Amino acid sequence: MHKPPSRVDGNKLDGDKQSVAGRLVRWNEQRTGLNSLLRYALDEPIPGGAKLAYVFGSALLFLFISQVVTGVFLAMYYVPSADHAHTTVAYIAKEVSAGSFLRSIHAYGSSAIVIVLLLHLIQTFTYGSYKGRRELLWMAGCILMALMLGMAFTGYLLPWDQKAYFATTVGTNILSEVPLIGNALKSLLRGGTEMGTLTLSRFFVLHVFLIPGLIFLFVAQHIYLFRKAGAAGPATSDPENAGLPSERFYPKQLIMDMGFALLIIVVLGLFAWHSPTSLGPRADPSETAFLPRPEWYYIPVFQYLKYWTPSTAVIGILVIPGIIGLLLVGLPFFDRTLERRPWKRPISVGMFAAIFLALGFFGIQSHREDANNPGVATQIQKQKQQEEEFMKQPFQPESVVAGGAAAATASLDGSAAQGQKLFVDQSCNACHGDAGVGGGVGPKLIGVGKKYDAQKLESLMKSPSAAMTAGGMPAVDLKPDEMKALIAYVESL
Amino acid sequence: MNATSQIENPPVVPRRSFLAALLAAGTAGVGLLLAVPVVRFVLHPVLARTTEKSWSEVGNVSEFQSPTAPVKKLVQIEQLDGWRRTVLQKPVYVVKDSSGQITVLSAVCTHLGCTVPWVEEQKKFICPCHKGMFSLDGKLLSGPPPRNMDVLPMRVENGVVKIQYQFFRQLIPNKEVIA
Repeated sequence: MHKPPSRVDGNKLDGDKQSVAGRLVRWNEQRTGLNSLLRYALDEPIPGGAKLAYVFGSALLFLFISQVVTGVFLAMYYVPSADHAHTTVAYIAKEVSAGSFLRSIHAYGSSAIVIVLLLHLIQTFTYGSYKGRRELLWMAGCILMALMLGMAFTGYLLPWDQKAYFATTVGTNILSEVPLIGNALKSLLRGGTEMGTLTLSRFFVLHVFLIPGLIFLFVAQHIYLFRKAGAAGPATSDPENAGLPSERFYPKQLIMDMGFALLIIVVLGLFAWHSPTSLGPRADPSETAFLPRPEWYYIPVFQYLKYWTPSTAVIGILVIPGIIGLLLVGLPFFDRTLERRPWKRPISVGMFAAIFLALGFFGIQSHREDANNPGVATQIQKQKQQEEEFMKQPFQPESVVAGGAAAATASLDGSAAQGQKLFVDQSCNACHGDAGVGGGVGPKLIGVGKKYDAQKLESLMKSPSAAMTAGGMPAVDLKPDEMKALIAYVESL
Repeated sequence: MNATSQIENPPVVPRRSFLAALLAAGTAGVGLLLAVPVVRFVLHPVLARTTEKSWSEVGNVSEFQSPTAPVKKLVQIEQLDGWRRTVLQKPVYVVKDSSGQITVLSAVCTHLGCTVPWVEEQKKFICPCHKGMFSLDGKLLSGPPPRNMDVLPMRVENGVVKIQYQFFRQLIPNKEVIA
């Protein structure tokens, strides 16, 4: 017999090895390595020490998790179908306890993500934190930004109110400007040439499954690559080897990060509490006067697109955004010097500032154009009022007529309509269900006309088979013309 | 360098533990605060009345004066199920006995659920399916049904007869509400 190895030779750990807590931690550590992982996370070295400027990355992660949590709960009541989406969102906003609050946290959360995303971008850009073997880290960040904007775009349609419907109609229409495959792309995204319930399903799947899945993936990559390269430190330091005394992430940076996250959630909570996100009237595609305006962060792009005529659209929506996108994603490849101080990088900083100034200009311009055009201003004011009025109305549940019998009647011709009356008067529906959909006792009759011809049906009704009698089916005794009408109806099912 | 050596040595344990406890408490506090709306949101269908059946109007008391024949009425039944409202139409009979007492009967046969018509010539309810027969006040006279016609809960509000429509289990001798 060989001697089993000693059980106390595990990893050396903090804490009293004799205490229950200490033993529990050790037990867990030996199996999961969670403690070392936590230690690794908290001991991240930050060259030059903790700074408030570094809080945006973790704030984004925090906001994303908040969106996931609130989103999952919203999905508890939401139904992604053109028939029900608006009713269910109205139900969440007007009926469900804390529904308006959670929905508002989710909706304002998207704005918060865009703001913090821009701050994170500006910080890493001005600090030159993409330099020094950080190309992949930067590119993963660019992809995450695109995915987040995709989340904002797809989420906006889901309430299926007027502004959601029309803003997305405009948004998806842009795709048709792409040469050759534009219309195919638009149809692919919409699930058809027009906006409809299939568009909603697609946007739901993108918003809830596909894009979040990709975000999880790229967040993991982004964090991994960040730890691999190490924190870059202040802009005055060498990006590959800061050569500065470093401070651990815990406790100072962690406190700053958590403080900022706390500030964000408090601000979001106050907004959600005091001015909950509103919901407009249900989307009405036949409305022609509605003026769509996207969420504030898409307004500059919306304004920018106005300047392009059909003949120049390719430049406006493909060439220029393509060049800007390429410059942004490829930035670490174009700007290869190790110089990080922004005042020593006039070209890249100048271009970056120019793009932001242009976006700001477009935003102001859009606002001014709307305000200066009396017709537009009145219509936008009217839309705002309609939204306020809708929010004041009590929740209207969706009315469902049981069995859908009323809808079926309309399409029946004279004889079958008479037969339907007989079907009810003779209590056939008691066993076979309204409109023959089947009930607890009798079988469903839908499609029975394809199985048996009129003659066979008549003989079965007049003298039911033994199996039918055993099931409770009585012989039907009617005048010949009534029998004919009843059979016409049964055949129509 | 003095600063380096200070950072290379991990901070003393008591300070780290205290901060950790503070952070943990803060996080737990905020987390608990945020959990309140989430819990209320999830429990909404349990705590609020999201599925209910209300009283349905049958008609004015003045419409039901004849003690010799039942009055057939179609009542609208509204069932609230979350964000859906199902509207059903169900036939009922309003019967007034000699003492002036109004009773509302479900028109569903207690045998297999057929709708029972009133046959004026015979002064009886006769089920077309299996010839179950009931008297004016719904008493079982003959045939396969296991019990009398079912009486629905009724009340009179400002001269308007209102009922709570119910479904009963068929084929059993005792009345048993199923929905």
